Amino acid sequence: MAFLRMPGIKVPHRKHTAAMAPIRIPAPEEVCIPLSMHIGAPAVPTVKINDKVKVGQVIAQAGNGLSVPVHASVSGTVKRFEEMNTASNKTVTAVVIQSDGLMELSEDIAVPDVTDLESFVDAVKQAGIVGLGGAAFPTWVKLNIKDASKVEEIVLNGAECEPYITSDTRTFFDRGDELVYGVETLIKYYSPKKVIIAIENNKQEAIKTARKLFAGNDKVFVQVLPSVYPQGGEKVLIYSATKKIVPEGKLPIDVGVIAINVTTVAAIARYLKTGQPLTEKCVTVDGSAVKEPKNLIVPIGTRIRDVIENAGGYKCDPAKIIMGGPMMGHTMPDENHPVMKGTNAIIALDGRDGAVPEETPCINCGSCIQRCPLRLDPPGFGKAYEMKNPEELEKLKVNLCMECGVCAYVCPAKRHLVQRNRLAKNMLREYKAKEGKNGKA
Amino acid sequence: MEKLNLSSSPHIRGKKTVSGIMLDVIVALIPAAAASVIIFGYRAALVICICISTAILSEFFFQKITKSKILVNDLSACVTGLLLALNLPVSIPLWQAALGSLFAVVVVKGMFGGIGKNFANPAITARIMMLIAFTGTMTAYVTPFTDTLTSSATPLAILGSDTSALPPLKDMLLGIRAGSMGETCAVALIIGGVYLIFRGVISYVTPVSYIGTVFILSLIYGGGEFALYQVLSGGLLLGAFFMATDYATTPTRPLGKLIFGLGCGIITAAIRFYGSNPEGVSYAILLMNIITPYIDKWTRPTPIGGSKK
Repeated sequence: MAFLRMPGIKVPHRKHTAAMAPIRIPAPEEVCIPLSMHIGAPAVPTVKINDKVKVGQVIAQAGNGLSVPVHASVSGTVKRFEEMNTASNKTVTAVVIQSDGLMELSEDIAVPDVTDLESFVDAVKQAGIVGLGGAAFPTWVKLNIKDASKVEEIVLNGAECEPYITSDTRTFFDRGDELVYGVETLIKYYSPKKVIIAIENNKQEAIKTARKLFAGNDKVFVQVLPSVYPQGGEKVLIYSATKKIVPEGKLPIDVGVIAINVTTVAAIARYLKTGQPLTEKCVTVDGSAVKEPKNLIVPIGTRIRDVIENAGGYKCDPAKIIMGGPMMGHTMPDENHPVMKGTNAIIALDGRDGAVPEETPCINCGSCIQRCPLRLDPPGFGKAYEMKNPEELEKLKVNLCMECGVCAYVCPAKRHLVQRNRLAKNMLREYKAKEGKNGKA
Repeated sequence: MEKLNLSSSPHIRGKKTVSGIMLDVIVALIPAAAASVIIFGYRAALVICICISTAILSEFFFQKITKSKILVNDLSACVTGLLLALNLPVSIPLWQAALGSLFAVVVVKGMFGGIGKNFANPAITARIMMLIAFTGTMTAYVTPFTDTLTSSATPLAILGSDTSALPPLKDMLLGIRAGSMGETCAVALIIGGVYLIFRGVISYVTPVSYIGTVFILSLIYGGGEFALYQVLSGGLLLGAFFMATDYATTPTRPLGKLIFGLGCGIITAAIRFYGSNPEGVSYAILLMNIITPYIDKWTRPTPIGGSKK
């Protein structure tokens, strides 16, 4: 293997909320639960308007293939179905539930009967669990490995390399028991050679806590990684933790690795132990426009407005509201958008932090090229995109870009490189689709 | 609530700016500019002022006339003017200096699309244009610390003939020799170059490979003392630190920079040893500018995890 560097960048940490234990907010008046909070087919609703629902009750079944069920996150009445645009600009149907404020648990909640790998994977599916680091890929699909002996390493992603966000870090402090139970379960069904818990070195307390939690387990290793963004990107993390490279078009399991977020593991454990599916989320609320930055546990579907209110409201007029971290999160047009399964932060920025920089011409300094963790060529993408040349984009492998934002972060000309990379990826995707139809591929 | 800003991620940006980078280059050139004034007198300051103001004004009016975005604030025209001035002999007629500056900014940079899009280094191309157009005044070098414009042979010209007339090495380091205004003071140029490397504005690869190649080839050709004089003579240090590291016209990746430096070194040495011109730095850099897009293409790495097909 050739000598590889994973360059990345130093970003400001701003982990103001790391020491703040999350607070569970009171039930909001209403929640808006999208039926597609994951990558793949939307869930199919099983409730009607005016139905009474309780916390944990299934309100939509998993769709075909890549999908997971969706559960009610508050008790109350189904008010309406709403078409909405998600952060990633998909139009999806959402179920709006008016809360009765009681947060009554559903009678359906029961500890699942898990005896083997198959029933374990099914339990993960029934719990509605998706990748909670932000990618929202259905976790059961990732875990649905026919031949468990292929698994050599399980990498637990506790890198949390985005600025501000501390919700995964809190998992080590607040959900230690569930984390240990989850890891033991994974070891039981996959018998990997080792489990690596990867944490960036700017989270010394979390490292200490993780070491204590797994002190007795000789299969589990806490690996301290340099805090270099994007350390928590799946491919980057797998490389840092195992020195294995996931090739283009392959999955981590093809190199014998399962990479899974720490909070996802805790959520699996909670379902296995108590039967409670994924209905709430720990969200970091921070940013220069937020009065009292803190971690909040909120029912999935809680609108941004209600979340911010529970963090003391705004200090000043926000100029930008971001779902997710500042490096990869999406900006919101208003405060109506709900917290989804993959949401780990809501960041509200003031006029100075939230300003959109003006783009000036590329001076060809090469900062982006030298810092790209995957050694891609963002200016090359931009040129090929403007020339409408999908063949060149394919050659340059724009499809590998994970939109981590490193290129745009370091760009002195403040070019909107990630935006152009996304457009270029779309162009290549459309070209491929057309090529496929014409039978050339 | 006011309208919220919508934009693509990332929502935080690094502190580097284009004008900040250009300011760093200007700061790095201050020692050389100051040395030129000390060594060649106040007229050096005058030439520098003329070149910079012409560059800035012509960029402004060019952008106005072509109705493009006014980007004079990025300071790149200022850098071009300053670099060109340092590449001229102090005795240059002021109108010629101004014309060269205008040529650099309008023809070499502006007409190719402005900052970042020009394929050839503006200051170097303008200098070559002036060498052809104003050969007499462009090669009329002045003896340091004299007010009178008496022509004097540069060390490179002397190296080619009677080596007993060479200035001592100490004078070569301090810049007390005939030559273009900003190229003579090796100490000032090295300070500026090290500053740029330290600030992360340029990579050490290009200057090291360029200067190293010239040194080694000279060592083989004429021995140790000859090699030292070769490195300190002509525009090598100015070119290697400030022109061969220009972003728009040189390769982006370290391997490309290495190839660029090697190529520049070989061409410079070839022109100096075998050409009819005593100096070859400008031509070497310009020639390598031309093949830069190919070097960039050859040195593009396979993306991590990318399948080769």
